[in-house]
Amino acid sequence: MLNILLIGLNHNTAPIDIRECIAFSTDETEQALKILKQDEVIKEVLLISTCNRVEVLLVTENKSKAVEISKNFISKFNQIDISKFEKHLYIHEDNEAVRHIFRVASSLDSMIVGEPQILGQIKDAYNLANENKSSGLILNRLLSRAFFVAKRVRSETGIGGHAVSISYAAIELGRKIFDTLEKKKVLLIGAGEMAELAVEHLLRNKVGKILVANRTFERGVVLAQRFSGNAIRFEEIADYLNQVDVVVSSTGASDFVITRKQVKEAMHSRRNRPIFFIDIAVPRDIDPKINRLANTYVYDIDDLKGVIEENIEDRKREAVIGERIVDEVVVHFQQWYDSLDVVPTIVALRKKIDDIVQGECGKLLQTLSHPSEEDQQAVTRMTNALVKKILHNPTLFLKSDDANENKSISIDITRKIFNIED
Amino acid sequence: MNFLVITTLIFYLLSTAGYIVYLFLQKDRLYRAGYYLLAIGFLCHAVLVCAEAFIVGHIPVHNLRGTLLVAGLTIAGVFLVLQFKFKLKILGVYVAPLTASVLFIASRLPDTPMQQINNVFNSVWLISHIIAIFIGEASFALACGIGIFYLVQERAIKNKTQGFFFRRLPSLELIDNTGYRCIIIGFTVLSVGLVTGFVYAEFVWGRFWSWDPKEIWSMITWLLYAALLHGRISTGWRGRKAAIMSIVGFVVLLFTFFGVNFLMEGHHGEFTRF
Repeated sequence: MLNILLIGLNHNTAPIDIRECIAFSTDETEQALKILKQDEVIKEVLLISTCNRVEVLLVTENKSKAVEISKNFISKFNQIDISKFEKHLYIHEDNEAVRHIFRVASSLDSMIVGEPQILGQIKDAYNLANENKSSGLILNRLLSRAFFVAKRVRSETGIGGHAVSISYAAIELGRKIFDTLEKKKVLLIGAGEMAELAVEHLLRNKVGKILVANRTFERGVVLAQRFSGNAIRFEEIADYLNQVDVVVSSTGASDFVITRKQVKEAMHSRRNRPIFFIDIAVPRDIDPKINRLANTYVYDIDDLKGVIEENIEDRKREAVIGERIVDEVVVHFQQWYDSLDVVPTIVALRKKIDDIVQGECGKLLQTLSHPSEEDQQAVTRMTNALVKKILHNPTLFLKSDDANENKSISIDITRKIFNIED
Repeated sequence: MNFLVITTLIFYLLSTAGYIVYLFLQKDRLYRAGYYLLAIGFLCHAVLVCAEAFIVGHIPVHNLRGTLLVAGLTIAGVFLVLQFKFKLKILGVYVAPLTASVLFIASRLPDTPMQQINNVFNSVWLISHIIAIFIGEASFALACGIGIFYLVQERAIKNKTQGFFFRRLPSLELIDNTGYRCIIIGFTVLSVGLVTGFVYAEFVWGRFWSWDPKEIWSMITWLLYAALLHGRISTGWRGRKAAIMSIVGFVVLLFTFFGVNFLMEGHHGEFTRF
């Protein structure tokens, strides 16, 4: 019987420096698949490598040997001593391997639960295996189930629900204030990775004009060009408060850049249209008292972090539902997998043929007028012999070494030809 | 008659249940179910009111029971029409239980016959006066509920507590705009109602205005909403202020609707008294 085996390490089990050493690029993955596939023990193989995990998923007849081969391979390929990474490895067999790959695909095992990239990465890994013909019947089925379960988890739970990054959380809040961010004017004060990321998110939400204010005007101009907006002078900020709707601030200033008084005046001339301040700077740029004015909303970095934490908690709660879906699909997969065994297939085949023959035999005996006891026995003998002879060669084939080369495929085909249900 | 009341009430309660479950589970199916159940309830309710109108020979608003019956019907009706336009799915959570409780209270009140028979009720002016007033008031009832939603959502955002309602309520801007539209509709229709009332008064009593307490309080209500609209257009009273105003406006309106009749004398008296 073939076994499914998964050997790997991830962000929970291995520190980053180990993961870095072992990571495979696309080209390397391709090479690795070719090398691993050459080994007789390994029937099918798939390699997943992302920045958070490296996993070898394979189908083998000899588990312990396959584990040895994989370890040696990783060691040799990456020129790293086995002892260095061995203790970070996890090895899952059969059902556990199936569950693991389902959980990974559904993003239940991700560092940030519910992040969507992992599914794409697994799809890429699978395509690569497919192109290199290193995946076969079992992995094909397993991965197609994994994609299915990932889809279900995403649509049936809120696992991918709410923002878990600062900049994205700010966007989500913006949408709770303004119905749509489309055509809203944005003012970016200062610069910085997180602030710029927030502006990029805003642009993706089709905001209107972008204004950039920087202490050094020239830097502002460069940044404004990047977002195809306009630069304004730092001293002009207060004058523009009456026309912008979203302010993203991230300066190194030690004092408040925007004061309550300025905003209060601006609110009057903007006729109380709401304004949303996103303050990413530490120390803060925007006076928190502004939040208490009508129709103004101020979120600083801690507030946004608070939002994210709640969202992460939320995702974790939703993940429990996801685990239940995974369990369900693991059971289904197990049923299919068990059906690939020789003995139950032969038994099922025999029963199928026997049922047909017995049925037809019964019909025949009914149409004959008064068959004698002997006649009936003769017919039964004949049919029994028929069943035996028909099944003789298929049974031999399924049990033979020829079939063993690709046993699961032979079994699968047999079951399909004779339409044998699980 | 009683059978119709119970059927209507059952549909309103089912709709309420649908909307409340929607509030928790956020499945669009439930929201649609709530809406259709309310629509069926509304049809039963309309049949009920028509039947009563047929029996007494005019719009049945000669006692508190009838008035509430018609009020519940208009709230449901106005909601069903406006909801087509509005994207505020959550509004049903407010409207369905409101109509159910108005109907329930109405059904517990005695159906006293009219005190003096006269042809007061059969005039085009009066009928349009009554219909317009009820539609206007129903819109203000919606605006009040929307105002409450606004305050809840604003509080969640200002206090930075991402609670149950924060997730379920739409954006402040959408809530605010919807409330504003309700006030505009309510104000326009109420104005029509008041004018037709004046014209009718001119016919019956020979004068437009007779310092009847109901008239005075209606005028106060009207001025209040006028101020709200004026403030919005001229200086941008929006958001929290507008939300509070629409709640206060509705409280004053409720006083005009009930309080005046219980506390003061006047020619609207018997319409809303036991």
